[in-house]
Amino acid sequence: MNIIVNGCGKIGKTILASLVAEGHNVVAIDNNLEVITEITNIYDVMGVCGNGTDSDILLEAGATNAELMISMTGSDELNMLSCYLAKKLGAQYTIARIRNPEYNDKSLGFMREQLDLSLTLNPELLASVELYNILKLPSAAKVETFSARKFEMVEIKLKPDSPLDGIKIMDLRNKFKAKFLISAVGRGEEAYIPDGNFTLKSGDRICISATSTEIIHFLKELGTQQSPAKKIMILGGGKLAFYLAKKLCEGSNSVTIIEKNHQVCERLCEVLPKATIVNADGTDQEVLLEEGLLSVDAVVSLTGMDEQNILMSAFAQTKGVPKVITKINREALIPMAESWGLDTIISPKMAVSNVVVQYARALENSQGSSVETLYKIMDDKVEVLEFTVKDDFEKSGVTFKDLFLKPNTLVAGIIRNRKIIIPTGDDMFMPKDKVIIFAANQRINKLSDILR
Amino acid sequence: MNRRMVFYLLGKILFIESVLLILPTICSAIYREQKSFWSFLATIAISLTLGFVLTVLNKPKDNTIYAKEGFVIVALTWVVLSLVGALPFTISGEIPSYVDAVFETVSGFTTTGASILTNVETLSKGMLFWRSFTHWVGGMGILVLVLAIVPTDSGRSMHIARAEMPGPIVGKLVPKLKSTAKILYLIYICFTLLEVILLLFGGMSLFESLVHSLGTAGTGGFGIKADSLASYSPYSQWVIAIFMLIFGVNFNLYYLVLVRKFKSVFKSEELWIYLGIVLVSVTIIFVNIYNIFGNFSDTIRHAAFQVSSVMTTTGYSTVNFNEWPNLSKGILFLLMFIGGCAGSTAGGLKVSRAVLLVKRVFANLKRALHPRSAEIIRLEGKKVESETSNGVLIYFSLYFVCLTTVFFLLLFEPFDLETNLTATVSCFNNIGPAFGSAWDGYSIYSPFSKIVLSFAMLLGRLEIYPIILLFAPSSWLKRRKIK
Repeated sequence: MNIIVNGCGKIGKTILASLVAEGHNVVAIDNNLEVITEITNIYDVMGVCGNGTDSDILLEAGATNAELMISMTGSDELNMLSCYLAKKLGAQYTIARIRNPEYNDKSLGFMREQLDLSLTLNPELLASVELYNILKLPSAAKVETFSARKFEMVEIKLKPDSPLDGIKIMDLRNKFKAKFLISAVGRGEEAYIPDGNFTLKSGDRICISATSTEIIHFLKELGTQQSPAKKIMILGGGKLAFYLAKKLCEGSNSVTIIEKNHQVCERLCEVLPKATIVNADGTDQEVLLEEGLLSVDAVVSLTGMDEQNILMSAFAQTKGVPKVITKINREALIPMAESWGLDTIISPKMAVSNVVVQYARALENSQGSSVETLYKIMDDKVEVLEFTVKDDFEKSGVTFKDLFLKPNTLVAGIIRNRKIIIPTGDDMFMPKDKVIIFAANQRINKLSDILR
Repeated sequence: MNRRMVFYLLGKILFIESVLLILPTICSAIYREQKSFWSFLATIAISLTLGFVLTVLNKPKDNTIYAKEGFVIVALTWVVLSLVGALPFTISGEIPSYVDAVFETVSGFTTTGASILTNVETLSKGMLFWRSFTHWVGGMGILVLVLAIVPTDSGRSMHIARAEMPGPIVGKLVPKLKSTAKILYLIYICFTLLEVILLLFGGMSLFESLVHSLGTAGTGGFGIKADSLASYSPYSQWVIAIFMLIFGVNFNLYYLVLVRKFKSVFKSEELWIYLGIVLVSVTIIFVNIYNIFGNFSDTIRHAAFQVSSVMTTTGYSTVNFNEWPNLSKGILFLLMFIGGCAGSTAGGLKVSRAVLLVKRVFANLKRALHPRSAEIIRLEGKKVESETSNGVLIYFSLYFVCLTTVFFLLLFEPFDLETNLTATVSCFNNIGPAFGSAWDGYSIYSPFSKIVLSFAMLLGRLEIYPIILLFAPSSWLKRRKIK
């Protein structure tokens, strides 16, 4: 597909990279020549230097033949305008980043309709949902949901004394009563979709997929279950902190936000009446202790500086805070943070890029099956996809025993009429099912890609 | 420096060269030339073995390449390509001295067309074809060819393309480098075939029209007769003159024609200046040499052909213009420096660089009058970043430093200044013929000078940087292995 990406900041660049890896023809627009030079050096894209809301620049970038226009500049208004213009020039679909809370309320639907936007993206909102899910299930390093809310996927790290150490996958079902699947395992740099003979080791990152209740059962049996975090301290008062605090305040949680800037604090007080807003420097350890670091259930570091987040989280970790979550934007810093023992890391740009990739794949394959949800886990080595089986899918009604699946793929769940099935060899795909597929080290565009 | 990756890619290039060598092998087989047939086969075997050693036994774990690796890969590729490409000449004994054979092959790949042969007509058909075919491959660039056909997953291949494609600014036609390379080669092949067909109409044999089309397309200039194209019909000479001009134009413009953006083609500043220079030069030379030929049609044909040949750095000739008056020779000598448009197969400084230089000079002169004036330089209606125009200035200085060095190294030869100077300029700008005693070929030079001139040709074709960086010790610093 011909895709234009306008705005090549952190998020734009991540999206660009994943779209290039998907094999699309990508044109990048940015008004900074240095950025364009850098990008064309690293990725196989064409660069256009200029203002993405200038129709001449859009024409130069080929908006008339573009299937998809993605605008990811820092300004919501520029994104809206440039998507609108691209659409008028002939781009078929448009995606704009709109992250200002003022636009992300009831007016969003109206705006999307009037501006002919196919999709609006709010990285901070997406990340706040991800954070919220993790805070509800603190023993997991990652929690992802699918279109059927009851089905979940969680990632946990096996500690050295874990009861799962040295256990074969096929013996798991006898040992634990819960109905679940270990659908992916990350070991060092490698990622696997395990079969029955696979032996788990401590230090593995394992991904469990099941219904949410079963997952809690399993974690309880495993002895690592923690109750949802109630008292939460958020460091940094940006947009992500706001969205997260807003969601947390809707429940009966106590939220403390520590923010350096006085004006930001006042604004937060206005919109978050239930939260405690502290105007102080979060890097000051004394401040953190005074504000109750030793009694909170979770600390979430969300300032704009990766390095600060890592340091503050490391400090919280040493003080025995049960759950510490760190926001890191630069991938290169993630392994370093992990080596310090910070295992729960979120990166807003990855969530956005996954949504865009999923959207692009769904556009490309409108027949047979379509991608509903896409996640990349285990350092992007494993893809988790949710498909809807269309009426004309050839292999509907054939049992899995008789279907030959490619190696390193797995059907982890089927949702049929709101019932969740953890599939065995006797199950099958049926039209209108939603199915959840795991695939390691390969790209799955459509459901039939998992068949040999 | 990722040495393993550099050598791995080099190995792949050798595989490509083995494939390229199949064509002259077939040619030898058709003309039943046993000796050259076997020497081509032997070269293919050597090239395959080397390629095998470099790729299969040397698989790199880390395949990242940066700008540094890009330059070194390009430079090494061209050196190795020429060293291997020279083998058939020596193995078959048709050019007994290996240094001579290397000079001839470098001259081929760099599309110079300078020859050390004293009697080209004795060469076998297979060798003649290989000589011209090296022009064709070198014209568009071997690595561009590799990018077009070999699957690469590294987005950083742009470093390689930029190091090989001539011109101050290298962009893409379409978002993907691979598709860009394919489009360029497609245009290239179409024009070459068109020329072959047109030459066939003019009474040339298939072999002759093929060889001359390959030589024109790469703006090379290897012929198969001692007097180049003088013995062919005026029709054939006109066809070649026009096609030389066509191959000297930026290929991006042909793509714009394909996608029907005619307006931008007509607005191309570089194209109009290029054609303007040709027109002015032809007019002056026409007036200057009219009394030699005495009639309109011959004079205009010879003037146009020679200007087109030198301006596009091809180097074919229809007359002995070494005997022309000094004014005409001088103009041709100046044209040698300018060369064709950026993004074409021609050599030289490139028209766009020359234009930028002149504009920069005028802008600075204006600043001398109005020290506080704000100035920008425009090219093709767009602002040129000062980084780009500075790059051109630096390139220009480096160009003269290298040119002077080569000229100095030739001073030990017992020839007059005209011979040495034009030989240097002609080789450096990938043209071919030189005035004075070198008019009949470069066989007069010593082996040492031949090596120097070979380097001059490579410097000119790859636009200096890759060759210099190849010899810079800091390019070769080892990368630490990370566990």
